[in-house]
Amino acid sequence: MTERLFEGADWDFHTLQRISDACEAVALKDLGLDVYPNQIEVITAEQMLDAYSSVGMPLFYKHWSFGKHFAYHEASYRKGLMGLAYEIVINSSPCISYLMEENTATMQTLVIAHAAFGHNHFFKNNYLFKQWTDADGILDYLDFAKKYVMSCEARHGRVEVERTLDAAHALMSHGIDRYPGKKKLDLRAEEKRAGRRRQHEEEVFNDLWRTVPAGKSKSRSAISVERRRKLLGLPQENLLYFLEKSAPRLAPWQRELLRIVRHIAQYFYPQSQTKVMNEGTATYVHYRIMTKLHEQGRLTDGNFLEFLQSHTNVVFQPEFDDRRFSGFNPYALGFSMMQDIERIVTRPEDEDREWFPDIAGKNDVMGVLRDVWANYRDESFIAQYLSPKLMRHFRMFHLHDDPEERAGIRVDAIHDERGFRRVRRELARQHDVGYIDANIEVVDVDLSGDRRLIVHHRVIKGSQLNETDAKRVLQHLADLWTYDVALIEVDANDKVLREYVVSPRPITAAA
Amino acid sequence: MAIHIIDRRLNPGGKSLENRQRFLRRAKSLVQGAVKKTSQERDIKDVLEGGEVTIPLDGMHEPRFRREGGTRDMVLPGNKKFIEGDYLPRSGQGSAKESGPGEGDSEDAFRFVLSRDEFVDLFLDDLELPDLAKRKIAQTESEGIQRAGYTTSGSPANISVSRTVRLALARRIALKRPRKEEIEELEAAIAACTDENERAELVAELEKLKAKSKRIPFIDPLDIRYRRFETVPKPVAQAVMFCLMDVSGSMSEHMKDLAKRFYMLLYVFLKRRYKHVEIVFIRHTDRAEEVDEQTFFYGPASGGTLVSSALQAMHEIVRERFNPADWNIYAAQASDGDNSYSDGELAGMLLTDKILPVCQFFAYLEVGESGGSAFDLSDSSLWTLYERLRSTGAPLSMRKVSERSEIFPVFHDLFQRRETTQEKAAP
Repeated sequence: MTERLFEGADWDFHTLQRISDACEAVALKDLGLDVYPNQIEVITAEQMLDAYSSVGMPLFYKHWSFGKHFAYHEASYRKGLMGLAYEIVINSSPCISYLMEENTATMQTLVIAHAAFGHNHFFKNNYLFKQWTDADGILDYLDFAKKYVMSCEARHGRVEVERTLDAAHALMSHGIDRYPGKKKLDLRAEEKRAGRRRQHEEEVFNDLWRTVPAGKSKSRSAISVERRRKLLGLPQENLLYFLEKSAPRLAPWQRELLRIVRHIAQYFYPQSQTKVMNEGTATYVHYRIMTKLHEQGRLTDGNFLEFLQSHTNVVFQPEFDDRRFSGFNPYALGFSMMQDIERIVTRPEDEDREWFPDIAGKNDVMGVLRDVWANYRDESFIAQYLSPKLMRHFRMFHLHDDPEERAGIRVDAIHDERGFRRVRRELARQHDVGYIDANIEVVDVDLSGDRRLIVHHRVIKGSQLNETDAKRVLQHLADLWTYDVALIEVDANDKVLREYVVSPRPITAAA
Repeated sequence: MAIHIIDRRLNPGGKSLENRQRFLRRAKSLVQGAVKKTSQERDIKDVLEGGEVTIPLDGMHEPRFRREGGTRDMVLPGNKKFIEGDYLPRSGQGSAKESGPGEGDSEDAFRFVLSRDEFVDLFLDDLELPDLAKRKIAQTESEGIQRAGYTTSGSPANISVSRTVRLALARRIALKRPRKEEIEELEAAIAACTDENERAELVAELEKLKAKSKRIPFIDPLDIRYRRFETVPKPVAQAVMFCLMDVSGSMSEHMKDLAKRFYMLLYVFLKRRYKHVEIVFIRHTDRAEEVDEQTFFYGPASGGTLVSSALQAMHEIVRERFNPADWNIYAAQASDGDNSYSDGELAGMLLTDKILPVCQFFAYLEVGESGGSAFDLSDSSLWTLYERLRSTGAPLSMRKVSERSEIFPVFHDLFQRRETTQEKAAP
């Protein structure tokens, strides 16, 4: 019989080493996972709170909003309203997992299996992460960002920098490229580029250029609207990118700040699209590893029961009429779907053969799962792999709430033969970030005229923007653009529903 | 693939401190308002305790484009009895939920905990002690000690081990004291040596080395260094705060409570500026006595009212125990304003000739019954007296208070940072 990894709840660093070696053996040999090198760091509750306030990253530039989040988390943690996560894992190479010191030995095993192997494999292999994030460069880039923001504060004053960052943060969710077009992001090169550009500017600076008389400018009116839009790359849904490239009066350092915020938003973009899959993968992996360790006799029955208890808590899905219900639990949905795929692959029923001819009965569980983990995101994953059996298991149903409908909320589809596909399509749509976020794009700007920036919001299903927030965000947008900004909400038939016009605040114009 | 395990627990904490300070700075006016509001509701004793404050989110809000309204579709788990085509009535709750589930509270108010220091700082932020520099705080000096290099003599407790060992090492190298390894090597060589002659040579050399290492000690008294300390004069700012209160029958519990709150604030405030603050409680009816705090606020007393008795008592205590050259003297007097008519002249004289010249600050707080209607009547005798003194240029501060909630504004008003104070303080 193999030696036990530990007894009881206590652990020390040798135990952790043994645990992670044991997990690694199962993960790499039995599950065939492919992971970044692991770095496991043990931290205290306070450090965990610190990490919370800077979106989980070990280093980040300074900004008051992180202080606000910290104060908020701290208050609710102290009052016992909120428990802290057992771990935080960072999509970087080496992949850093933070473990809380309070965890018992069993919990540390669970967390190492979950984060250092489950999430790690997903980060390294999922196509979205491969396409949009640069795990090797992120920590260096954040370090650069931190120093850059600091140097800007030294050069241009904290207030100015704060104002730019505030504005950039407000537009953060619209600073993302949704479709890959250009080359892959290389954050290391990014950092060098910024340094080189600054150096070049300083080298070629010559005040005399200011005094050279400008020739008569060509009449711009000749340029057609179409041509103008093309020159500016319009329509453009990445507002931060557009501002960085085209805002007429931003200083170079402000453009660089926008770029930093944009890159960070882009780095987190895959995570918001793969919550169910990411957690599902990690939960499935930790379940497999823990079970295996128990089978090998390396975990005692007691420790295994402790694990099962917290595992069950994690994958608990309250029903819609339960007070605890707050939407689908990504852990529950993800884990169930992974297990369901395992079932379909190994013990398919007739229904499964009909719905999933490609994988039913294929018998290579890990092969199928690794392929799924690599090539899907939440929306496509659910649309492809949610099985009728699972819909029946969760007793899913689809509600359609039309405010115009007097009779009330209609039950559109339920978990029956007629409803399976509709329920599945609707659930997939609920996990489509492109569908959830407001669809906002820059459509036109008259650079030779009054320079008003025109932004459209395509209204879907009559859901318009919250007025107070929209005005505030627009104010930030106008401050960066430094001329008027108009936001027009149009529906699918190009009918204008609402129009906002905001002028920049004078302070920024003077800056 | 090696897994790195790192213990980060000992890393310095407080990584978020700077962000937190930025947040507080940004929200300063809001937080300050909240702090003042909280402190009004609180017992003044707890004022220093810090704690939770709530500020409106307006201004600290981080806006995003958010969509709301319109037709909604959702997939939910846990269907029990619905079939396709059913209609569920909208409950009132349902429509309320549309305003954004889960963000109701967090949207309009933001709650967080301030530490004790943060709280007091914000609480007293824009206040300034008047005439702080009048008596030059640095006048009284005491001796403090500070490090000043190394010395060759001193007490054993002050031996600087690292410096001593360093010097010893340097000396041993300079004098070529044989190292332990060298001797061991030689001994090994002797043990391994077979040739008799060579062996004798080696033994001789060993003897020489051993003698040398005996001659040159590992640590010589010459090496020993002591940490040297120097005494430096350190200014000690100390203050004494006199609390004078009328405890005659006309002072109600409410009035005493008002006075107590004012004294507490003054104490907190002085405590922040001076390392050492003493409080002297003097209560008076028609005669004055120095008492402890408990008696001061709660001890029963009755009699007439002679303010001059308290002033006289204060004057004597100052003369006996608090040399104005060494102490910053602050006084606050609370009374309902009653004073025997014949006492006015004596009190005025004591104040202008004896008390005010030695005081940094003298505040008179006239407390009234809740409701404050009493103040609509003509001014009290004490108020009239002080008003007259003030008009002749005596540095008196005086305010009337009748509600608990007025205490802080009045206090604030008295100690507000003023341009003139700053100018006066400059020379």
